[in-house]
Amino acid sequence: MSAIPEKRLIPDRLGTSATRLFGSWEALLFAVAVLIFIANSLASPYFLNAWNLSDATFNFTEKAMVAFAMALLIISGEIDLSVAAIIALASTAMGAAAQAGIGTPGLVAIGIGVGVGCGVVNGILVAGLRLPSIVVTIGTMSLFRGIAYIVLGDKAYGGYPASFAYFGQGYVFWVFSFEFVLFAVLAILFAVLLHATNFGRRVHAIGNNEFAARFSGIRVERIKFTLFLLTGLMSGIAAVCLTSRLGSTRPSIAQGWELEIVTMVVLGGVSILGGAGTIGGVVIAAFVMGLVTFGLGLLNVPGIVMSIFIGLLLIVTITLPVIIRQFRHRKPA
Amino acid sequence: MKLLKKLALGSAFAFAMLTSQAYAADTVKIGLVVKSLGNGFFEAANKGAQEAAKELGDVEVIYTGPTSTTAEGQIEVINALIAQNVNAIAISANDPDAVIPALKKAMARGIKVISWDSAVAKDGRIMHLNPSSNELIGKMCLQLAADHLKDGKGDFAILSATTTSTNQNTWIEEMKKQLPNFPGLNLVTTVYGDDLSDKSYREAQGLLTSQPNVKVIVAPTTVGVLAASQAVADAKKIGDVYVTGLGLPSEMAGAIKSGATKEFAIWNPIDLGYSATQIAYRLVKGETDGAPGSEIAAGRMGKIKVGDNGEAAMADPFVYDAKNIDQFSKIF
Repeated sequence: MSAIPEKRLIPDRLGTSATRLFGSWEALLFAVAVLIFIANSLASPYFLNAWNLSDATFNFTEKAMVAFAMALLIISGEIDLSVAAIIALASTAMGAAAQAGIGTPGLVAIGIGVGVGCGVVNGILVAGLRLPSIVVTIGTMSLFRGIAYIVLGDKAYGGYPASFAYFGQGYVFWVFSFEFVLFAVLAILFAVLLHATNFGRRVHAIGNNEFAARFSGIRVERIKFTLFLLTGLMSGIAAVCLTSRLGSTRPSIAQGWELEIVTMVVLGGVSILGGAGTIGGVVIAAFVMGLVTFGLGLLNVPGIVMSIFIGLLLIVTITLPVIIRQFRHRKPA
Repeated sequence: MKLLKKLALGSAFAFAMLTSQAYAADTVKIGLVVKSLGNGFFEAANKGAQEAAKELGDVEVIYTGPTSTTAEGQIEVINALIAQNVNAIAISANDPDAVIPALKKAMARGIKVISWDSAVAKDGRIMHLNPSSNELIGKMCLQLAADHLKDGKGDFAILSATTTSTNQNTWIEEMKKQLPNFPGLNLVTTVYGDDLSDKSYREAQGLLTSQPNVKVIVAPTTVGVLAASQAVADAKKIGDVYVTGLGLPSEMAGAIKSGATKEFAIWNPIDLGYSATQIAYRLVKGETDGAPGSEIAAGRMGKIKVGDNGEAAMADPFVYDAKNIDQFSKIF
């Protein structure tokens, strides 16, 4: 306790040097993923089976697609809690369209279109009117799902065309489902967008210091609007996949997903306060969550215990680097 | 240091997941999938399933379900069961349609799929087990009314839900159809409480004043039977007018204690879980194909006949009275 640290410790940043920090965070998360994989293979004789693992990917692919866009949004210092409600509304719209006899391409366009539309509503309210995103999206969460409930009540839409089933039940190659391939492609696209473009740098800049970003000539509102639109778009795509996988729509579809998606993003090392995070981390976090739920499912562990496990995982992975760093700082140099 | 921490963390996870399980090769594994865990009705069904497993010997029942009543959660559970190579899945579905793709995949991999309690649409299962049938429910309601009357003779009235509620109308229709089998019974009138507590209460009150000859009120709805019992108790007509019908033990315990009703009926979740397990076992063993028209032996529940649409009715609704109400009011 005698030595004063050379640099002041900022508790909301997870390290002093950005590169070292992300290196270690992802390494840690990756180690966790590998260990969970090994533990699963030892614990259940059914785990190491290509088809079973393929089935397991469905537990996270749709949520991860939305999590990519959510990661950008959270890095920029905003949040969107209406994503699951957007999925419900987009799915309801597709269901209504399917009843009206619209074919598969039209249904996909409608699902994605409704998602984008909802994203635009959020974007106008947050970026245009400068309202706090957490309040706006809690509001639109009730609004979007409310519309789905008014349209459907306790009924369900079914009767999707057979070709529509491909998005949620089809396989591109061997055990690789369409959803999994789409997840991988989107991961690469978002990684490029965040880490290799001006846009991505600006998102980081806004999240670190919006005021400074504004003075550097970054059009903060335009970027935030784009991010909400992007989140809506991804929710629309997730709605297409989920609806296709279930083959029917109820207003309770994707209930509670918003928190699972935010958990995935935060577990992936994205700072909930904005300014820091990588797509790679979110990808690994998606695998960690998918493997844990599937592995525990194979052991027939009740769902509530899984939630506890995910919660503990989140707390441990967030606190561990902080504890290690404090431990290091206390050691005399 | 960093490495050490990582290893410590990792081994903690490994330890948490390393619960080794031994599987006997020829055990029949049946996944009992419920709408959500932590629901007394389904806990009771599991009790029945375990009873059946014990009776059959070579059965392992995996009682599982999502935390909340969603189709997505049930699909994750179904995928986990498919991965474990279970022999059969018996499901009470949160959504009759959304679980079909997952269940079709299960059937394609040789798993016998049945639904019970809450049905899966026809394409997604071999057969569905209803707790009872309309015919049996109608008969039971008449039987209950007769039991409350001296020598089974006297006037009774029906307190229903809404005039448009399909279930209630079908049951009332069945009661009227079977009335000739109960020569002492005389149906005076049918009133509708819309499944609202206050309206049902007022309708029951109206019956007590306008129809003094009515000695039994039969309410084939859980809301109605509760409200009518309250109305009889409040009018101080306990022992003079009785209430019976379909009710939940936890809600009706008070009415049994006060004497407003002697007995009422509803399905028994223990029997339902027991029968679902028995049927799943017979299907796995190839003793039956579960096709419409077939009869399936279900242990102490006797033979269960599969009817049109692949739907089967388990048994008469189970009768609850002062002797067993305490046991069941804790369950559901």
